Amino acid sequence: MNLTLKVWRQKSPEDKGRMVTYRVEDVSPDMSFLEMLDVLNERLILEGDDPVAFDHDCREGICGMCGMVINGVAHGEQVATTTCQLHMRHFEDNAVITIEPWRAAPFPVVKDLVVDRSAFDRIIQAGGFVSVPAGSAPDAHSLPVKKVDADAAFDAATCIGCGACVAACPNGSASLFTAAKITHLSLLPQGQPERDSRAKAMVEQMDAEGFGGCTNTGECTAVCPKGIPLDTIAQMNRDYLKASK
Amino acid sequence: MRYTEGEPIRDTKAPEGPIEDRWEKRKFGAKLVNPANKRKLNVIVIGTGLAGGSAAATLGELGYNVTSFCYQDTPRRAHSIAAQGGINAAKNYRGDGDSIYRLFYDTVKGGDFRARESNVYRLAQVSVNIIDQAVAQGVPFAREYGGLLDTRSFGGAQVSRTFYARGQTGQQLLLGAYQALERQIAAGTVKMHTRHEMLDLIISDGRARGVIVRDMVTGEIERHLADAVVLASGGYGNVFFLSTNAKGCNTTAIWRAHRRGAMFANPCYTQIHPTCIPVSGEYQSKLTLMSESLRNDGRVWVPVKAGDDRPVSQIPEDERDYYLERIYPAFGNLVPRDIASRAAKNVCDEGRGVGPGGLGVYLDFADAIKRLGRDAVEKKYGNLFEMYERITGEDPYTQPMRIYPAVHYTMGGLWVDYDLQSTIPGLFVIGEANFSDHGANRLGASALMQGLADGYFVLPTTIGDYLANGPYGEIDEEAVAEAEIAVREKIDRLLSNNGTRTADSYHRELGKLMWEYCGMERTEESLRKALERIPELREEFWKNVKVSGEADELNQALERAGRVADFFDLAELMCIDALHRTESCGGHFRAESQDADGEALRDDEHFAYVAAWEYGEQGPVLHKEDLDYDYVKMSQRSYK
Repeated sequence: MNLTLKVWRQKSPEDKGRMVTYRVEDVSPDMSFLEMLDVLNERLILEGDDPVAFDHDCREGICGMCGMVINGVAHGEQVATTTCQLHMRHFEDNAVITIEPWRAAPFPVVKDLVVDRSAFDRIIQAGGFVSVPAGSAPDAHSLPVKKVDADAAFDAATCIGCGACVAACPNGSASLFTAAKITHLSLLPQGQPERDSRAKAMVEQMDAEGFGGCTNTGECTAVCPKGIPLDTIAQMNRDYLKASK
Repeated sequence: MRYTEGEPIRDTKAPEGPIEDRWEKRKFGAKLVNPANKRKLNVIVIGTGLAGGSAAATLGELGYNVTSFCYQDTPRRAHSIAAQGGINAAKNYRGDGDSIYRLFYDTVKGGDFRARESNVYRLAQVSVNIIDQAVAQGVPFAREYGGLLDTRSFGGAQVSRTFYARGQTGQQLLLGAYQALERQIAAGTVKMHTRHEMLDLIISDGRARGVIVRDMVTGEIERHLADAVVLASGGYGNVFFLSTNAKGCNTTAIWRAHRRGAMFANPCYTQIHPTCIPVSGEYQSKLTLMSESLRNDGRVWVPVKAGDDRPVSQIPEDERDYYLERIYPAFGNLVPRDIASRAAKNVCDEGRGVGPGGLGVYLDFADAIKRLGRDAVEKKYGNLFEMYERITGEDPYTQPMRIYPAVHYTMGGLWVDYDLQSTIPGLFVIGEANFSDHGANRLGASALMQGLADGYFVLPTTIGDYLANGPYGEIDEEAVAEAEIAVREKIDRLLSNNGTRTADSYHRELGKLMWEYCGMERTEESLRKALERIPELREEFWKNVKVSGEADELNQALERAGRVADFFDLAELMCIDALHRTESCGGHFRAESQDADGEALRDDEHFAYVAAWEYGEQGPVLHKEDLDYDYVKMSQRSYK
């Protein structure tokens, strides 16, 4: 396959940034999207140019590090797929592909397609945990958990923190991410003692970071590579409301 | 061969006495640090995976001043997150005859008698606490309808002791540790530096007292000083270029510590995972593992006839060879990793492999779907099936998966004593970065166990003893400056080299060479070839590599080049180690050492030791630590 790429290049956070067009030839349909970019970068290095900086690591769809907006869609048009698991067989020969970073004020661009998502860590720091010092836990069987609850908690817990939800949301809201964690811990008995304070603190931190509010647009869940459902946001809102009374 | 032999290692600091009392004894013997003094003690932790994340969180909670580093943008992305299958624990919740002693026994045997008894026993003891800890944190392990935890069996074990969270156990355990870590960051006990890479270790007065790191965003070279340093930087499987490791996994932290005096133990022990998606092309950047748990229900087979290229549906049942079930009737498809991997290689070598290039075997779920129904199979393995479909474009519900072995986990690492302290005082090494508990071959579901055991339970006790014996005096300013200069020089050298090849292209070539000559099967001849070629290739790399960009910016080409340079040095040591060990044991298979059935033939008389290599300008120096087996009788492993 031969492709034309329009890639967002931005040298530093201060740089204005612009789209640059590259031609990539001999792309195999079996390549992943990132492998296609590797090929481009090898060429750029040899030509003495700066390779396109992008985040990636596990390349198995689980670490959540990769992320770019491809043809206007976070992680590309393939449903429930991270960029590293997107393969070139889903593109037409001679296609023109635009590649941009996640765009949201709380995710400043570091370089090219690399953005700073540390706001997510700070939301977790606000309360996205169960306070349990190592060595003090009771026997795991002392607290049974209904299978349906454990399964539902697991569904929410599979969030990989990639940030696609923020990039897709017209409001730049981090609700789906925050709600996934709140829902995961709210569904388990272990999460109950800190349930109210957690919901309150995490939602407030999310706002403090400058993420927008949720207007139930649903773009977040549509692009989520793990299919985190919109219901989690409803759960978050209920927990937050209850905690705020 | 270019190595010399030095003094044997005699003391591993393991307490004497009955094995079940040793850890208790060590804990009681460990000096305690007064809570008020903990605040004044600084500990650096490199890496935020299961080992590093849990260690930093626990040390922070204990009151130490912790500084933590990772190369990713957040600690939650460490590669522990990709572990699929599960974590072992001797809970005996199933009443199927499991016990701490049996987990210990299975692990020593699965390590082909090349792991330490004392360490492995402690691992089995602590395993039960890990599950409790994780559950209390809210890790959503699989549950039975009665609300209790579900377990499954896993390669190499006949009891059901593996706890799991669908195919994403590593993810859930890591998120548990990450959340504990973030809690400490918020509490101010841990200072986190993301997008930082350790480039050297600072030694002052013979002790590890800090690190030189590079801020990967600004390129700034920073010095961080401490009372002790913990390396939890993972394994070095990426020396093979293609592996199941994340792309960023590298050897730099442990390799540079090795160059500063930490011994490197058993570097040649590489675990090959039997169930990976086969390579599909030259451009390929990594391999994807399919959880070994698939072998619980999937049946592995190849056509009986060599060169049979009929589509699966046209190969009748009696022309299929379920070779694992045939050769190993007791364990069948659940044989340990080294056995399953070699068996796959053997049938492919016979020309019976399937898929492109004949480098693949079928993993077939047709029987399981017939027996359990598609829904049940989907519930159990759905995400793995989906992942397979995504990568290969084939539907595993209607045709068998194709799998092939791949480099997965490195069982060698920096040498540590019972306290997890390296040969440099004050330098502790935990998780995959050390060598301690695994020996020649490790069983499935034990890596997660070791990472968390070290981080939550073992290190926090033993490092306290070291710190209580301090303070260790002023840090030598000259030593710090020297380390910093060395780092800068290396970076300058890479950037000023205006060559014609990229670091990645050298890495790929080195990787191929290692897979071919020091991979699943090694011979004296192949290893000698590698040892001839590696220095040539390294020389060429330093003359001809091209790295674009500047030092003081985010520069991924520079990051990679620095890591590839270290892989060259490590690769050489791996080959030297593999060449000197003229026996086969688990993951290390020397073709010259096999029995009549083609099984690995150990030589306990000459090789029941840990090979700990000291760095020397004139070539490595071998120090042997003899392994004694007082509890598990050394015997040939048999899974037939």
